[in-house]
Amino acid sequence: MVYNILIALFAPLLASFIAGVFAQSKKNTLIGIISSFLIILSTLNSFILLEIVATEGDISIYLSDFIYVGMLKIDFGFIIDPISSIMMITVGVVSSIVHIYSIGYMEHDEGFNKFFSYLGLFVFSMLVLVMSDNFIGLFIGWEGVGLCSWLLIGFWYEKKGISWCANEAFIMNRIADLGMLIAIFLIYNYAGSLRYEDLFLAAPNLPKNIIFWIAGFLFIGAMGKSAQFPFHTWLADAMAGPTPVSALIHAATMVTAGVYLVIRINFVFSEAIFVSNFIVYLGAFVAVFAASMALVNRDLKKIIAYSTLSQLGYMFVAAGLGAYSIALFHLMTHAFFKSLLFLGAGNIMHAMNDELDIKKMGGLYKYMKPTAILMILGSLALCGFYPFAGFFSKDKILEAAFSSDYFIIWIMLLIGAMMTAFYSFRLIMLVFFGKAKYEHHPHEAKIFMLIALAPLGILSLTAGFSDSKFHMFINKVVPDFVINIEHSVAIYLIVITLVLVALSTIFAIYAYKFDIFKPKLENNLIYKLLLNQYNIPKLYSKVFINGYYKIANICVNLDNTIIDKTVDCMANSISKLGEKTDEIHSGNLSLMLRWLVAGFVVLLLLAFFIKGN
Amino acid sequence: MIGLNHYLAVSIIMFTLGLIGIMKRKNLIMLFFSTEILLNSANVALVAIGHFHNDMTGQVFAMFVIAIAASEIAVGLALLVRWYKKTGTIEIDSLMNAKG
Repeated sequence: MVYNILIALFAPLLASFIAGVFAQSKKNTLIGIISSFLIILSTLNSFILLEIVATEGDISIYLSDFIYVGMLKIDFGFIIDPISSIMMITVGVVSSIVHIYSIGYMEHDEGFNKFFSYLGLFVFSMLVLVMSDNFIGLFIGWEGVGLCSWLLIGFWYEKKGISWCANEAFIMNRIADLGMLIAIFLIYNYAGSLRYEDLFLAAPNLPKNIIFWIAGFLFIGAMGKSAQFPFHTWLADAMAGPTPVSALIHAATMVTAGVYLVIRINFVFSEAIFVSNFIVYLGAFVAVFAASMALVNRDLKKIIAYSTLSQLGYMFVAAGLGAYSIALFHLMTHAFFKSLLFLGAGNIMHAMNDELDIKKMGGLYKYMKPTAILMILGSLALCGFYPFAGFFSKDKILEAAFSSDYFIIWIMLLIGAMMTAFYSFRLIMLVFFGKAKYEHHPHEAKIFMLIALAPLGILSLTAGFSDSKFHMFINKVVPDFVINIEHSVAIYLIVITLVLVALSTIFAIYAYKFDIFKPKLENNLIYKLLLNQYNIPKLYSKVFINGYYKIANICVNLDNTIIDKTVDCMANSISKLGEKTDEIHSGNLSLMLRWLVAGFVVLLLLAFFIKGN
Repeated sequence: MIGLNHYLAVSIIMFTLGLIGIMKRKNLIMLFFSTEILLNSANVALVAIGHFHNDMTGQVFAMFVIAIAASEIAVGLALLVRWYKKTGTIEIDSLMNAKG
């Protein structure tokens, strides 16, 4: 069992090291195969652990001491319980497929080996994050995924503007991480320990306002990682990285970390009612807000990115309502169909020679049927049609909102769902159907890449049916959430949702089939507002970046004129002195003797002088 | 009556002469002479102080200094002869190959 844990955790790290050793050498497909194999090995062990947890209960394991300073005692401790084992298999399944897919996707890239090294490290960091049994381990994983996202978003750093996107993601996360750190300090100060278990025991006895601050600051950290408003701008720009990375970031690692945090520390969040309410409202807001931006965007990957943002909002709504198992369930199903969508988008990008504007595509169904079918499958799951996975998880969130008497939230989520259906099928219609708006002959991706995507397609179809089992499993560790509505009402809700979503889908198909939207619509004020992401990036650059840039400029000037000059001055004067004294060293013996005498005299005078004092 | 200070004064005068000799002379033999004067000025001071303090240590030291001076001169003269044979001069300025 210990070996299962060790292999599950460290196989990705080993993969990263192996690929990392060859990072500078020529691209080698074997590296990709070895990495994929190790990740699959890790995933298999995660499944074994899931089985063990399901039959024998939680596993808590201590590997070694880590930090022992004064009263602070932190171990390398890991906990495998229903939450972390579900996260582990989600991460494992998605990252395995992303790895296999990347062998084909990155085939012609110079940095092939390096790419696999970063991917492995990314998976390892995420596993540390979900498996750790204390906040320091969590934070190490937390920063680890931050670092890897920076490395991977900026993977093609030679291209213009890409470093900017990577830096934006990194800096945004760093700002939010301050909240996380403050929360960790507070926890240590008031609970006296950083283990979840100790906090769990201490939480009921802590003063209410401390719980409020802890929950609040933890959630700020979660907002950064999960790209919630107002930290959301980095997510769309993160699309600058290679597509498999986007799939990994959006489905299984990075952005799910925030939701995971809220689910993991549920005992704190359920005590802090105010924060939980805030999470619900923010989640609902983001669900609609992000979906509305996806409605008009023309960038293939950005549409899917906004869709992730919107779905994360749904997860937060569930988590805020206290329906932690539902949130986790949506996280899992979403991981499957979202990675499917992203990897499908990767196929399209390759076929279109890296063209991303969906208005310049069309008619691709003819050339790439398998990808199209997989993408449609993913979109159906995303919209929440029966019997796809999204139906089971998203509908549960709507029901949960309805049963908790949050009608406004329910309506917002419903609107979000309709928007989701619209933009998903807008994308499908513009990409795969209609008139082709390009010259060249697109080609389908390699067969093994499509086979690798097949499991995701199957999971998008079937993962939903495990819901009752799933909730029973998770409810062992999270407070039970009872959906308190009658069966008939629930049926009504499902029917309402399904009908509205179906209408929205049909409208999208109709609208883009017959092209009812006139180009002059694009001059509309609302359209422009949505396309410019509500002008928020502009606002940020005006309010924060410009001022900061000015301060930075002043600092640069100070640095150049004062600090650099001082150091230069010191160096120069010493160098000049050296040149002068060089002349003494002429090799003339009598001159040396004279200097000797002079030195002797000086020392003698010095001796007298010091004695005189 | 001749006191300790008289001896020390002689020693200082000898030392100063030796120093000036070292600084001024170009001839290597003259340099050796000057070094001898320096060493002997020290001897005068050591013996005089030893005598006035009723202590033999000063004289013992002086003996050491004489022995060392003798061996130094022996080695120095040998080197000097070799140098003269090689270059035909014993001017100090011919020893310029120690330039850094």
